[in-house]
Amino acid sequence: MRIHFKTSYEHDIRLFPDRWSFLVYALLIVVAVLLPWLIDDFFLGEVTNVLIWAIAGLGLMMLTGQTGQASLGHAAFLALGCYSCIIFMEQGLPFLIAFPAAGILTGIIGTIIAIPAIRLHGIYLAIATMALSILADDIIVLMEPITNGVSGKFAPVINIFGIEIERWGTPDRFYWLVLVVAIICTLIYRNILRSPLGRAFAAVRDSEVSATAMGIHISRTKAISFGISCAITGLAGALMGFFSGIVTNETFSIVISITLLMMIVIGGLGSIHGAFFGAVVVAFLPQFLSLAKETVIGGGVAIPGLETGVFGMILILFILFEPMGIYGRWMKIRIWFELFPFARKDMFKRQKSYLKTERLR
Amino acid sequence: MEVLQLLVSGLANGCVYGLIALGFVLIYKATEQVNFAQGDFMMLGAFITLGLTNAHYMGLPFWVAAPLAIAIMAVLGYLLDFFVLRHLFGQSQTAVVILTIALGFVIRFIAGLIWTHEPQTLESPLAIGDINVGGVVLGMADVAVIVVTVLMTFFLYQFFQRTKLGLAMQAASQNQMAAYFMGIPVKRVQGMIWGLSGAVAAVAGILFASKGAIDPNAGLLGIKAFAAAVIGGFGSLPGALMGGLIVGVIEPFASRYFPAGYSQIAPYTLLLFVLVFRPHGLFSQVRTKKV
Repeated sequence: MRIHFKTSYEHDIRLFPDRWSFLVYALLIVVAVLLPWLIDDFFLGEVTNVLIWAIAGLGLMMLTGQTGQASLGHAAFLALGCYSCIIFMEQGLPFLIAFPAAGILTGIIGTIIAIPAIRLHGIYLAIATMALSILADDIIVLMEPITNGVSGKFAPVINIFGIEIERWGTPDRFYWLVLVVAIICTLIYRNILRSPLGRAFAAVRDSEVSATAMGIHISRTKAISFGISCAITGLAGALMGFFSGIVTNETFSIVISITLLMMIVIGGLGSIHGAFFGAVVVAFLPQFLSLAKETVIGGGVAIPGLETGVFGMILILFILFEPMGIYGRWMKIRIWFELFPFARKDMFKRQKSYLKTERLR
Repeated sequence: MEVLQLLVSGLANGCVYGLIALGFVLIYKATEQVNFAQGDFMMLGAFITLGLTNAHYMGLPFWVAAPLAIAIMAVLGYLLDFFVLRHLFGQSQTAVVILTIALGFVIRFIAGLIWTHEPQTLESPLAIGDINVGGVVLGMADVAVIVVTVLMTFFLYQFFQRTKLGLAMQAASQNQMAAYFMGIPVKRVQGMIWGLSGAVAAVAGILFASKGAIDPNAGLLGIKAFAAAVIGGFGSLPGALMGGLIVGVIEPFASRYFPAGYSQIAPYTLLLFVLVFRPHGLFSQVRTKKV
């Protein structure tokens, strides 16, 4: 067991708690960078998919896990990021400008949308964002002159200082691009958590009343959270567009929104690891299921709705038995080993809570 | 005359939305939880009736099958609460939202396995053709939908206002701890409300299936019903019905008078407007609690 002997206040907010964890993450990044030489192109594509989902997950995690506002409409922001990036590039902007610009634009629009939406709390926000996600589909069709409607838009080839990056032509370069974006987003996320803003997010999530008492401007904090969340999601959306090559109005349906929310719940709300764990589940579940189906009942039999059905089942089991998600389970196992033999079951017991509402009738 | 025809068909559709919305509101009123799977409950209720009635499956007479299906759905609702939702007792609304969305996926998957994804029609005695009232053509099923919906809203409203159980349910939703102290078996009350909402969903399903073909994705209608519940005001039974009627009436008018593409976004645009300007719905009776 490692003991953190804290010698300064700075210690609490260090990026890495000690040298050991820094080493672990450094090793992880080295492996990730070398990955294209270690696995073949098919799996590299899958890993790229995991990373893109993880970025999107980070975006939603900022809002749901950190600030406690559930959104069922993040597919709309994925779409916004994707379309704006492609359109910027078609207008002749280089990728290095178009890509961050798409993220910033998504963030700004997200904030504008958030300003009326933050008056709503809890369930109403979820409903409003859900309506937004449904509307996004129709709006893309209606804005046909810009978005090409149902026939969709093709993602252009990315060109960074003469290096051409394409999903199918150069999967390794595309992977590195996604990896760099993922690392940057993770660092931004981690640093926000260390800043006063991140603390304010957590305060709003845990109790709005206490947060107000501590001098936190609730609606401003929520709007900022919404904006950052949308910006990261927009980046993920742009990458998703390049990954699939063609985007139509159906690429970012409400199902994507729901999958995204479920993904971060399975991964573990309120943790960076959770976004990545959840992304692994979401990205590999279809492959795993088709493999399992082939071995159990033989190939060629199509079971519609199997994926979502199994996904739903997994989610129900997680909410019932491990509300902290995969990351929570991982922490428990780790702590059990670290404290061995002093770990006790009750250490992780949840406090009983009772519902009280502000509603009279 | 055309306007009248649109209005009538819109009202009949709206009543189905209203009935599903009633299920949402019942659960919300009594537990402060939101059941995103209500649409799929409706679909399940319709398919259970279909499975019992249609000659292809069990071939029971409709008037035996319908009450049986309602009872089955009530029991399912209670068991669902008993085995799944009770574990979430006192947890945040968001957890319940995510759980019920997942539940909807699972129900849709299971219904698809049992009854396949082909659209099927219920052999319902309600679907016996149309009547013509002064030029306005009305399906018998539509009439049945409107009558049943109005009656159900009325009785459920009375149930919540007058009966001991209804009041107990309201109390349990406002403060679980205090309700316990007053001797209300909060958990059992919650189970009952889930059962009741299952039964309401079954009624909605039977009526919906009488109006046309159904397939496992019919549960997605729940989203529209959801919009209806919010427009009318969550937590208000007559509000749910009114919201359903508004959404139902807007749809045919929007598709008649708006250019194509704009019509299907009309209900959701209205929903957003209501959420922005009157977040608690058009017909809610919210008073802020004084500390």
